[in-house]
Amino acid sequence: MCGIIGVIDRTKARMDGSSIKRALSLMNERGSGEGAGYVAYGIYPDYPDCYAIHVFFDNLIEPKSKVDEVLQKWGRIVHQEEIPTYEQPGLKKEHVPWRYFYKPYTDFIVGSNNPAEDIVKHLVMAVNSTIPGALIFSSGINLGVFKAAGWPEDVADFYRIEDYKGYIWLAHNRYPTNTPGWWGGAHPFNLLDWAVVHNGEITSYGTNKRYVESNGYKCTMSTDTEVVAYLFDLLGRRHGLPSEMVVEALAPHFWDEIDRMPEKEQKLQRTLRLTYGPALMNGPFAIVVATSKGIVGFTDRIKLRPLVVGENGSRLYISSEEAAIRVMDPEVNTIYMPRAGEPVVGRVVQ
Amino acid sequence: MSLGSVPLKYKISIDRDQCMKCMRCVDNCSYGVYRIENDKILIDSRRCTACHRCISMCPRDAISLQEKPVDYRSHPLWTAQAREDIINQARTGKIILAGMGNAMDYPVIFDRLVLDACQVTNPSIDPLREPMELRTYLGKKPARLQFTRDDKGDIELKTELAPNLKLETPIMIGHMSYGAISLNAQLSMAKAVARTGTFMGTGEGGMHESLYPYQNNMIVQVASGRFGVDINYLERGAAIEIKIGQGAKPGIGGHLPGEKVCTDVSCTRMIPLGSDAISPAPHHDIYSIEDLAQLVRSLKEATEWKKPIFVKIAAVHNVAAIAAGIARSSADAVVIDGFRGGTGAAPKVFRDNVGIPIEAAVAAVDQKLNDQGVRNEISVIASGGIRNSADLAKSIALGADAVYIGTASLIALGCRVCGNCYRGLCPWGIATQRPDLVNRIDTDVGAEHVANLIHAWTLELSELMGAAGINSIESLRGNRDRLRGYMLDEGMLNVLKVDPVGA
Repeated sequence: MCGIIGVIDRTKARMDGSSIKRALSLMNERGSGEGAGYVAYGIYPDYPDCYAIHVFFDNLIEPKSKVDEVLQKWGRIVHQEEIPTYEQPGLKKEHVPWRYFYKPYTDFIVGSNNPAEDIVKHLVMAVNSTIPGALIFSSGINLGVFKAAGWPEDVADFYRIEDYKGYIWLAHNRYPTNTPGWWGGAHPFNLLDWAVVHNGEITSYGTNKRYVESNGYKCTMSTDTEVVAYLFDLLGRRHGLPSEMVVEALAPHFWDEIDRMPEKEQKLQRTLRLTYGPALMNGPFAIVVATSKGIVGFTDRIKLRPLVVGENGSRLYISSEEAAIRVMDPEVNTIYMPRAGEPVVGRVVQ
Repeated sequence: MSLGSVPLKYKISIDRDQCMKCMRCVDNCSYGVYRIENDKILIDSRRCTACHRCISMCPRDAISLQEKPVDYRSHPLWTAQAREDIINQARTGKIILAGMGNAMDYPVIFDRLVLDACQVTNPSIDPLREPMELRTYLGKKPARLQFTRDDKGDIELKTELAPNLKLETPIMIGHMSYGAISLNAQLSMAKAVARTGTFMGTGEGGMHESLYPYQNNMIVQVASGRFGVDINYLERGAAIEIKIGQGAKPGIGGHLPGEKVCTDVSCTRMIPLGSDAISPAPHHDIYSIEDLAQLVRSLKEATEWKKPIFVKIAAVHNVAAIAAGIARSSADAVVIDGFRGGTGAAPKVFRDNVGIPIEAAVAAVDQKLNDQGVRNEISVIASGGIRNSADLAKSIALGADAVYIGTASLIALGCRVCGNCYRGLCPWGIATQRPDLVNRIDTDVGAEHVANLIHAWTLELSELMGAAGINSIESLRGNRDRLRGYMLDEGMLNVLKVDPVGA
């Protein structure tokens, strides 16, 4: 059990973090005070072409000097600072959250269609698997994850998320069973432009993990949600599938349904399932994934976790609870529950 | 000098109070254990193979069988078997033949692996109420999807799927040739796989005409003897399997004795009546991996790239690298046959000592293909000693797409694993060509039993998956997270990539 909520303003009008903090706190029944987090897109307009790399350091001596070294080897640190935090009585500061604004040298690797992203992905995997005391938990452009072990309101106040303005927000209230109290285990999970919040347990984790590992990712966070971000990165970015199709690969139609489809659709769905069988996600889950271009929410194929959608003008909300949407936006005029496996997409209008 | 006789293997006795002298035992025993003298049933226990035919046909349960009725002086090294083999070879100077699978007491890894189930944090799925998908496609899969966009900006699929076999359940019946087993045994299994939406192998003996109605559920085999292979045969198969090796006897060929080559077998195999059918150890056109790739392509060309091609290898030490080489050819699936795989006849020294267990082999192959980023592009079929649905589920969790069963399907036809298949006298009508014995199998009843077995395992697999919160077979495949090793050593856990219980 966990609580999730996501919002997008399709016109890219920016919202500060105060209302999503209220919505997430409303779902404290779904958490246990051992993990909460937020991600917001559009918060770093001053660094529009830099990767914002958020790191948890255990101290600023050995781990930081190693991270500095590897980052400087692969690119230029445009700016770096400690992420401002404010002491909270209910939250113990376990790590120093740090951020780098970073430009990789794109001529350093060959054979890549997108060298900058591949370098950043490589750095995330390398730092997280080889530098003890450092964990990169956010690595996209003009976006940032803010998370810690604690109740949603404490985490929000710790980072003062009302000081950040984004056009997409995802948030997560955690009831951990696997890695309680570990900051790295809190959601959202992020890699490059992808961020994920997830309520559930992926029973196919072993299969999914092997598949992403076979494609060069390393799972380092001991939790199943991480693999969702990597699957979206692999299928969405590297294989170039549109996000609806990524969802159809991860939560595909049942064979019974596919067998009844018109021939062309049937062929597409069959090819999709055969090609991406190891990416199929099983077990109970509700997930919201974001990129700078939009958000997509979906559940497992038999909807063993709740997901509710709300709309008001340019704003689209996806949440575990209707009440959370209503506290965020009392004016919300459409509320509905998507079917199992059906993707709910909110795209930025250009 | 005489070595004398070795002790009886089995002792048969009849409870004379129970016996009603119906003579069913006399009629049923093809090994000649029973005979009638002066209205009395006499017993020659020395001829008994423990095939249980008489016992199962006795209406009064009057027959009992005792194994090892005569003790040897016990010795941990010089077992009765070791001593008897030596006596036997001292007499004959020959290779000892044996049937069925590996009879050595190696630990069974399957029995040291346990499966997972859901509690609280994720709900188990009830297959009676929710869909449970076991459908499995075997064949080449694309590494990724590719699209083009049409004028309206709509997505058009560019990727073309290679032909795949569609299985309704990931259980197939492996290759047991006509000749090694009877036509009625093959027919029973063919009807069963057609009914359950899966496939069986023809073995290296061609395809008899009476199997043609089931050809859409049959995989034809091309082995080193090329028996029965012509274009008609290749085109009839739903898929084609190149047999390089067999788990029961890796590295050597096959030998069907001339006595088993009756008219029908000779026609189907395309060899002279009564001649020995000897399959050479290697294919004489395959001396390296590129030769295999060429044969795969040749078979594909011959059948216009319409059929998946499987390559079957025995699980030997270097199985992972060999499978990786096969994955680089146009082959659609690699079959790994573990050292417990059954056989009609194999030199005992091979059957019992050469090769590795399927559990380790399939895990190593899956890992190697995964490391090389090609696992999903080729299918992996596990075979050799799969006894029940738990072995099936564990094989899939270790990385197999599907399994072949052999011995299990024969047991469903009556086989009691007596291990005398090579003698051609099978009283159950399975490993024999003697018409009176073959006729003991009613193919409709046989088909029902085999289909029941496949159906029962399928149900059990659904329940196991549902309990683990998985509703699609893809999510069990290679999912070692749902396995734990119980009393396995660290080296083995590392090969299997499985955590120990409690971890």
